[in-house]
Amino acid sequence: MEISTQEFKHCEMIKVKGRVDSATAPQLAQALEKANEDGKYKLVMDMSELEYMSSAGFRALLAAQRNAKKYNRGEVVLVGVPDRIREALELAGFTELFKTFDDPLHAVGHF
Amino acid sequence: MQTVQFPAKFEFLDEIREFVGNIARENGFNDQAVYHIQLAADEAASNVIEHAYGGGADGMLEISCGVKAETLIIILVDHGKSFDPSEVPLPDIQADLGDRKIGGLGIFLMRKLMDEFEYVSSAHSNTLKMTKRKA
Repeated sequence: MEISTQEFKHCEMIKVKGRVDSATAPQLAQALEKANEDGKYKLVMDMSELEYMSSAGFRALLAAQRNAKKYNRGEVVLVGVPDRIREALELAGFTELFKTFDDPLHAVGHF
Repeated sequence: MQTVQFPAKFEFLDEIREFVGNIARENGFNDQAVYHIQLAADEAASNVIEHAYGGGADGMLEISCGVKAETLIIILVDHGKSFDPSEVPLPDIQADLGDRKIGGLGIFLMRKLMDEFEYVSSAHSNTLKMTKRKA
């Protein structure tokens, strides 16, 4: 798994590549927490190069969404979610908890 | 049926997914089914590593996988604490963000992704069996 971040005027984009499972999810959780520590709560998760995500990754996303939405200070949105991962998120009932976009520009423009 | 043993550590999840994924693919399961099988095996193994062995122990987990009569079978055996997934309450997947429970999600997914799900605990080992029919 590889994580990179990109700053925008009104949000931060966090790109996660590769595979997120119980071994790598703590790193993703850490990156999301780090953004929050820096006062960033408007986050775009770019999942377009993500190959795999287990429930360990879903939990990291859920924790981040809770933290972001607290006091209405922000939100986590998802962009470029691959079909297989979208299906699993749907099964888990997670698609209602996150706005999703196909295009990164639209996701960034949401904020 | 092929059987392999892995140290009960999260860093072996990649190999576990590969093991079941290869067997599924060789037996003609489609990409979607392969993903579902890999995800279910990962969730099952993650639960064993986290709950049966408590994360840091030196336990082993044995995983067998094979296809018979168009049905893929995964059998996971561990020698840790028994942890009956069928006793874990199902998460409320309709709940609002604030009420979402963090736990139980892996088990919920395994049940949704696979056709059969059975857990047997004896004095010395725990066995989880999951099956998936070819679509």
